[in-house]
Amino acid sequence: MSRDGSKRKIWLYGLLCVLCVPFVFPTWWMVTSSMKPIGEIFSESLLPSEWTFSTYETVFRMQPFGQQYWNSLYIAVVVTAGTMAVAAMAGYAFARIRFPGQNALFVVVLTGLLIPSEVTIVPLFRMFQSLGLTNTHWPLVIVPVFGAPCVLAIFIMRQFFLALPAELEEAARMDGLGRAGIFWQVALPLARPALGAVAIFTFLHSWNLYLEPIVYLSTPDMFTLPQALTQFVDIYGGPMWNVQLAAATMTAVPILVVFVVAQRQFIEGLAHTGVKG
Amino acid sequence: MTFWTYRRRDNLVGYLFVAPALLGSLVFVLVPLAMVGWYSLNEWNVLGGTFEFIGAENYRRLLEDEKLRESLVATAWFAAGLVVLNLSLALLLAVLLNQKLRGTTLFRTLFFSPVLVSLVAWTLVWQLMLQPEGSVNGLLGFFGVDGPNWLRGDTTAMVSVVVVQVVKNVGLNMVLFLAALQGVPAPLYEAAKIDGAGAWTLFTRITIPLISPTILLTSIITIVGSLQVFAQIAVLTQGGPGTSTTVLIYYLYQQAFQFHHFGYGATISVLLFVIVAALTLLQWRMRRKWVLHES
Repeated sequence: MSRDGSKRKIWLYGLLCVLCVPFVFPTWWMVTSSMKPIGEIFSESLLPSEWTFSTYETVFRMQPFGQQYWNSLYIAVVVTAGTMAVAAMAGYAFARIRFPGQNALFVVVLTGLLIPSEVTIVPLFRMFQSLGLTNTHWPLVIVPVFGAPCVLAIFIMRQFFLALPAELEEAARMDGLGRAGIFWQVALPLARPALGAVAIFTFLHSWNLYLEPIVYLSTPDMFTLPQALTQFVDIYGGPMWNVQLAAATMTAVPILVVFVVAQRQFIEGLAHTGVKG
Repeated sequence: MTFWTYRRRDNLVGYLFVAPALLGSLVFVLVPLAMVGWYSLNEWNVLGGTFEFIGAENYRRLLEDEKLRESLVATAWFAAGLVVLNLSLALLLAVLLNQKLRGTTLFRTLFFSPVLVSLVAWTLVWQLMLQPEGSVNGLLGFFGVDGPNWLRGDTTAMVSVVVVQVVKNVGLNMVLFLAALQGVPAPLYEAAKIDGAGAWTLFTRITIPLISPTILLTSIITIVGSLQVFAQIAVLTQGGPGTSTTVLIYYLYQQAFQFHHFGYGATISVLLFVIVAALTLLQWRMRRKWVLHES
């Protein structure tokens, strides 16, 4: 029995290791190849023969990469904070407060789930163009916070608040708290897991946004990271691969480090989202 | 009694709390949707500066557009390939990680990690690895296989975009499946084992039926998600070779923002909306039917 058991274990570990390759190798290869001399990009070696960091300097020389990094980061943070606020308030009101017309209004908001923002990209572009807001970050912030991408977050928050025991709120009301006070001091602190899940997927969504930036933004100092990554080309328009890889490494590694440190909250937060949403 | 009773104040707070979301839905979702419908009835070339009401002309063009037909075929292949590969791999990984093994947390982290890698960074890396002289063919060469030029062949380009997308995101579905597997009560397995059921029977007769709500949920999320895949196509293949990977959203982008046909682009948007809405409504219906399973 125990010999069978250990044989099975070896098989399982072997299978897991093989399956890991396509998940781990690209990241490994991205990081190490960004430090290889250009001639070695397509060599089979797992490590550079000599380590060079000149590609990293080139990244900052070719584009305002620091500015672009800041653009992506602040947009993602503002969108995440905004979505959390809008979704928590709307989710709470739809779940816990009774007011006339509530169900009809909820249906209006829910239509956002049927209409991904890609569908409305043409009129939204026209709208922002006529307001003179193309090549600004406004479209990348207000559409996600108030538009269709926020609706899933509202839905998740509502599901969470629906499950909250009513006794808690009644007790708070006895203590003389108003509705806003109950929301702020009682409901919101309890909603931390749901808010965490909303924060994670909102941040990732904004961080990965690609269609909207290339539609709205036109000058390199306004670009976000995903868009900037594809712009490292030589004077003939050919991609400068090792420079791209250096930029990609700088884009990916900080998030990965945060993930590894906080991975339990990350994964369980997202599992929570999926089950509820 | 004052005018501001608790009831009235409650109503006011309710309206105030939903106001941002509601205004947002009107301004950024419903009004633009109506505008998409209106644009689709017009010939509108931004470069030429023409805007002219043409009724259902764009829709007739839609029906006759050979490229659109090819694009729908590509979209269907992409969605089907993605769902089949994503769900079966996610389930396999979840089952493996659900074994009583030491170190599964490490493997879970590794399988999940591509989810956190910035999408375009991930795609660029794969673009390099899929070059004729890249790592993928290097690995195949190690086994004596002469690999193709992945991104330049019709079929291999489609396979490539599917695989790149699956490896990137399968971790999400894996986590959902893992949560579902851990919710299957162990006594069920014990009882079936006593009745002499083998591992495969346990899997098909107990595991699969009990996690079926999760399978349904993830498959719809994955299909609807596949309709929004843009960056990977734009970076890896630009829809090519030919139209073999021109999924609907990429075709929409080409028509509207590369060829500046806003009217026709809006017509394609209407089609995209109909497909997404139909799939989402189907999901809601099916979930209601399955809700008993969802404890």
